[in-house]
Amino acid sequence: MAGTLLKLDNIGKSFFGVQVLIGVSLQLEAGITLGLVGENGAGKSTLMNILGGNLTADSGRMFIYDQLYLPNGPRDSETAGIAFIHQELNLFPNLSIAENLFLTRFPSSMGLIHRRDMFARSRQLLEQVGLELSPKWRLGSLSAGERQLVEIAKALSLDAKLIILDEPTTSLTSRESDKLFALLDSLKTRGISMIYISHALRDVRRVCDEVAVLRDGSLIGHGPIGEFSESRLVSMMVGRELDSQFPKRTPSICEESRLEAKHLSLRGTIYDVTFDLRAGEVLGIAGLMGSGRTELARILFGLDPVQSGSLKLSGHDITALPTRHRIARGMAMLTESRREDGLCMLASIDENLGLVAAPKFATKRLGIVRNKALSAAIQSVREAVQITSSAPGKQSVQTLSGGNQQKVVLAKWLLNSPKVLILDEPTRGIDVGAKFEVYRLIAELSKSGAAILVISSEIEELIGICDRILVMNQGEIRDELTCAEFDRERILRSALRAETVQGSVS
Amino acid sequence: MLQRVVQSGWLTLILCVIYCVVMAPLANGFATLENAGNVLFAMLPLLIVASGQTLVLIVAGIDLSVTSIIALTSVLGAAVMTSDGGPLSGSPLGAPMAVAVMLLMGSAIGLANGFCVAWLRMPPFIVTLTSMMFLSGSAVWWTQSKSIYNLPAEFLMLGKNVWVATAITIAVILTIHFVLTQTLFGLRLRAVGHNAETARVSGVHVRGIVIIAYVLCGASAAMASVLITSQLETGSPVQWQNNLLDVIGATVIGGTSLYGGRGSVVWTSSGVLLLALIDNSLNLLNLSHFTIMMAKGSVILLAALLDTLRHRVAGRGG
Repeated sequence: MAGTLLKLDNIGKSFFGVQVLIGVSLQLEAGITLGLVGENGAGKSTLMNILGGNLTADSGRMFIYDQLYLPNGPRDSETAGIAFIHQELNLFPNLSIAENLFLTRFPSSMGLIHRRDMFARSRQLLEQVGLELSPKWRLGSLSAGERQLVEIAKALSLDAKLIILDEPTTSLTSRESDKLFALLDSLKTRGISMIYISHALRDVRRVCDEVAVLRDGSLIGHGPIGEFSESRLVSMMVGRELDSQFPKRTPSICEESRLEAKHLSLRGTIYDVTFDLRAGEVLGIAGLMGSGRTELARILFGLDPVQSGSLKLSGHDITALPTRHRIARGMAMLTESRREDGLCMLASIDENLGLVAAPKFATKRLGIVRNKALSAAIQSVREAVQITSSAPGKQSVQTLSGGNQQKVVLAKWLLNSPKVLILDEPTRGIDVGAKFEVYRLIAELSKSGAAILVISSEIEELIGICDRILVMNQGEIRDELTCAEFDRERILRSALRAETVQGSVS
Repeated sequence: MLQRVVQSGWLTLILCVIYCVVMAPLANGFATLENAGNVLFAMLPLLIVASGQTLVLIVAGIDLSVTSIIALTSVLGAAVMTSDGGPLSGSPLGAPMAVAVMLLMGSAIGLANGFCVAWLRMPPFIVTLTSMMFLSGSAVWWTQSKSIYNLPAEFLMLGKNVWVATAITIAVILTIHFVLTQTLFGLRLRAVGHNAETARVSGVHVRGIVIIAYVLCGASAAMASVLITSQLETGSPVQWQNNLLDVIGATVIGGTSLYGGRGSVVWTSSGVLLLALIDNSLNLLNLSHFTIMMAKGSVILLAALLDTLRHRVAGRGG
């Protein structure tokens, strides 16, 4: 049966007044694989969430085989024959393969599960995706690639007409990826359509028949894959002008080296990372998720061990020191996820602010805290970063907005007057105004002589606030750009390129 | 307003006052000075154990082994100084050595518990539950289930003299209160209880903090054992074996959170007071032991419910 499987008509969506999808119209014929590409925040996942019924569009309509499609939840998309294969797989590692496949609809009568029936059907499904495993195995014992195939088998068991794959290859080895691609090809011949979301443009070109490019919520290109070279895709993804969302700053780099990393390696995460961070410098690290940028930050801060290489802080070797000693020597780190390891969410603002710097206000031997001095310092830093709250200091951070929460984390470190500050995604999930505040604080800190390392998925942000940018890809530093060389396309190219470096492209 | 009261740490103390006002006309002999003295004196050991327990609850743990620490240290200390063949019988060093041995033993057990929780990352519930079984078993096995009598007079004075016992208790509570509110350890204890990962990233030696909490809890249980053993003039291997729920219950009634991060010995003290008042007044009403257990169980359940509600409200950001 040929025909228009899916038709999106003028889909729009905004969050809190920010337009994230603007009039997206798209058609997908049966049996076609569509690649969906775009930078982080371009609106890819919002669009897919609307398709999956997790979000409702503000405007526009969707049709499946010319019938109006109005999903009210993931169940509706399942009934409509749409299956999602997420980056974080929706499987239960403690259950067997068969149980995972039939979780929502066990073959049963009178509440009893027909186990034999379930296993037989599971075996058939696994055969279809080329997995020779017993369905009785616990899912947790499977590799990432095998789990992905189980997820696809699950989609097949639901008679999916459209399978959406979100970054399916990030956790796969190249052999597993090849196997996945072969399977996708065979699904295509069975008339199943797919939407393939990925940053790996090479894979997109290998797998897809058509490609669609999203930028800032608008669809800016759609057509047969042959019309889009990799470099054309990259320029379409980024082509946007810098505006004045960054505070003006004057470079204030000193000669003095603050953090010196030499040949840092940890198997499976980072390889031979060498760089030098100087006082007053803002150094950016660009790279995709999984490129090793967060892992590098955790290693620099002593949260994860390092296998080889050395790390010096202001000339002292700190390679073997635990985190708390690095903090005592002036290191600070704002982690990627403030809710998980940046804040005590249920504690008050002041309790959070005092945690790091308290030793400075305590007697050496018994650790008796001079509470008055500490609260005075807390109050001044709270005012310096302008945390907006109804009950200054006493309110629990849980009740603050994302931007104010981030300011609390930042302020907690500022109170300790850091010499080296590592910021991992400092503006994730905060609004534009708070972003500007964070940028301003970074600029001020560097002016006062602190060395700052910023990790970010937003290339523009790095270009706007850094003196120098390193690009990480597959655990290695692939490119280094000084202020004069900043170029979004070159950064994105180095971050996306799958093969090894062959000299810089610009 | 109501929400402010429910959220505040003074709720339990307010409840104590209300309870007294309601019970005064009902229970004969409840509202007398003599009875007040009885209530206060009877709650001294519980105050000490529950204060130690508060530390462990704040760090999002639990110590179920406290009552078995009381039993084991009770027979251990008694065996050291009893004039029925104790190694230090008759010696002036008998009582101080016995107290030292008891405190050391309590701390050592706390150390073992803390090690399992912090280093081996075992769930505190199962660690302390099994050490409770092991320790109470070993107390009975070691004494062949016999109690030890004939303790020296200096030792008996510690628990039986109202002023000495009160002074010891207040000293313990004030020390723990000071540690919680005025030291780095207290600040870090709460942080670890709220979120151990955040604490680690912020430079806190998480495992060290957890271990110290369990050691202090074990030591305070041993200190309570000194008072109890002395009051009863007996080293008994089944000392306090039915009082575990009182310890946890009093702490939770006071407002210390089972979810960690929140707690104070001042609150715990009011929790102990409420339980003691309930115990005493229902006794005066001639209710049976079992009815009293039912009443106390209900109160503790309500307190735990309140704790969960507080946690949920805070978690929702209200």
